Amino acid sequence: MAKKAESARKNIEIAPITRIEGHAKITVHLNDDGQVEDARLHLTQFRGFEKFCDGRPFYEMPFIVQRICGICPVSHAIASSKACDQILSVRVPNAGMRLRKLANLAQVIQSHALSLFYLSSPDILLGMDADPAKRNLYGVLEANRQLAYDGVYLRKFGQSVIAHLASTGKRVHPGWIVPGGVATPLSAEAREQMQAMIPGALAAAQRSLIWFKQAMENFREEIRAFACFPSLFMGIVGPDGELEYSDGLVRIVDSSGATIADELDPSSYQDFIREIAVPWTYMKFPSYKHLPPPENSLRVGPLARLNIIGKVDMPHAAQEWAEFRTLERGVVLSSFYYHYARLIEVLYSIEKIEAMLKDPEILGRRARAKAEPNCSEGIGVAEAPRGMLIHHYKINDDGLITWANLVIATGFNNYAMNRGVLQVAKHYITGPEIPEGVLNRLEAVVRAFDPCLSCASHAVGQMAMRVQLVGPDGAVLDEVIRG
Amino acid sequence: MRERNKARVATVWLDGCSGCHMSIFDMDDRLLELKDRIELVYSPLVDAKDYPKDVDVALVEGCIGNEEQRKFAHTMRASTKTFVSLGDCAVTSNIVAYRNPFKMHDVIHRAFIENSEGEIVLPQEDVPPLLPFAVPIHEIIDVDVYIPGCPPSADLIHYTLVELLEGRHPDIKNRFG
Ligand code: SF4
Repeated sequence: MAKKAESARKNIEIAPITRIEGHAKITVHLNDDGQVEDARLHLTQFRGFEKFCDGRPFYEMPFIVQRICGICPVSHAIASSKACDQILSVRVPNAGMRLRKLANLAQVIQSHALSLFYLSSPDILLGMDADPAKRNLYGVLEANRQLAYDGVYLRKFGQSVIAHLASTGKRVHPGWIVPGGVATPLSAEAREQMQAMIPGALAAAQRSLIWFKQAMENFREEIRAFACFPSLFMGIVGPDGELEYSDGLVRIVDSSGATIADELDPSSYQDFIREIAVPWTYMKFPSYKHLPPPENSLRVGPLARLNIIGKVDMPHAAQEWAEFRTLERGVVLSSFYYHYARLIEVLYSIEKIEAMLKDPEILGRRARAKAEPNCSEGIGVAEAPRGMLIHHYKINDDGLITWANLVIATGFNNYAMNRGVLQVAKHYITGPEIPEGVLNRLEAVVRAFDPCLSCASHAVGQMAMRVQLVGPDGAVLDEVIRG
Repeated sequence: MRERNKARVATVWLDGCSGCHMSIFDMDDRLLELKDRIELVYSPLVDAKDYPKDVDVALVEGCIGNEEQRKFAHTMRASTKTFVSLGDCAVTSNIVAYRNPFKMHDVIHRAFIENSEGEIVLPQEDVPPLLPFAVPIHEIIDVDVYIPGCPPSADLIHYTLVELLEGRHPDIKNRFG
């Protein structure tokens, strides 16, 4: 780690934040007494999808936008295809809907496995203060072989389901999800191959939950300090208020657990969401339109979904969810529990995939509706692993895109991540000297949200993380550069 | 410090979507088994913050899109024996170059002015300036091995890595991995 300190400046900087999906830095500002005053998370990448899609045929969009993110291409393809469904004004055939849902569940599994096992499990298994040289997947493999192999197996299961579903056989950027449905129906052989992996995946998820619940005991302080504050929680829910990732209406719940908005049509997102830009990061701040700051800030993703739903329709996951909801009164506020929520969602998704594959309708031959464009505008929404994702397109008479807006899950968490970094900084930084374990905690609170910075930077480029300690005059007191 | 008998490997993410890294992870068990043969000295998976000296193999995803990445490419090249451009973005700049025909002003304007509300502000503090054109890595530095694909398959990545570890130059036939 490079550490750069200039006595006249009060600023710590960590760059890049490691073990996250993207490029970011953190700056921490100090006041005259050396107390933490402010902290910021900066996204340093910007990619420009919203503009450069101008002029592309709309039916290319589900393929182009997959390249926003290699971790959640399926969610982008689904939100995009749903926007295109509206442009076509078609109803997706039953089998097509189900296959899209399956793919999205598979992606939840692989993405959560990546976040928890490949990126965060070193902190949880080895400790926040462990030797940085060991704090990685290979360190986990040495210390707990089963855990490492379980994580790899869960990710492999999710990725394999995507590859079996997609006619391209690809795990990353599978294509296949298209306007009107999916390109090809499911074969009985592919179904069998997926089914064969389910018992192993269930066992791995259950073992991991047992491990995590025990490990949580060691993180009481982090649980209190990791972005633990009131906020709104938002996501889509199914018709009976159940956990749902692909089709549903939007619900917003406040920090007491009260539903403040329900059954909102995601297509009218502009009526309840406002996006704001600031000069120091490429990530915008979307928030709830009908409340003033700071009450308008939202959290989305696994923690939010488990907070807003009224039920879970799979038996093992339902039990785990009931236990999860007893952690705190009302809703669960600590962002440390994002990890826990992720594991419960992994278990749910495996159970749900198993149930959906058993239903013979999944093999339905009609998987795609075809039509010419019938509308000049379309909006599609899906729950990406990291939370609600919106794609909004307008086309001209030739079917070419004239305008696009993408509101990304990680963006919704932007405010909470910034506040979480500040909370950790205030809790753990007591003087100008910052121990390595504290720097790691500043990164770990960001990791808990599993930000997908290539998604958030959809708008051109790259996020790198640093910590800066800034004095009241704006001078950088201390700067720790990690990168 | 060099671990004996292990190659020092870096995996780097420039202007890409992380999909090529997902394909590295798609080696699954083989990624864990590589532990005995490689030392991962720099990667989104490990906590090293500075690009180390004496890297044997660097697998690099993404093209060069901003000033920071351009400088970093030179830093990497100076400390790396075999530099691998991994995936279509690194090799051709792929999807990232879709922005090249547009003026930077228009790209930024769409995201931060048209599609935002409130005060008009543009990100310019604490964020690296973008290059007017996204370019493939070999326009900036010399590259030793090219693996095309969006992303290249895990098998192809594994094959390439093992060939390099064995001291051979990989023969990349599988054009679209
Ligand atoms: S080549 Fe494809 S998978 Fe790799 S970074 Fe570029 S868009 Fe992503």
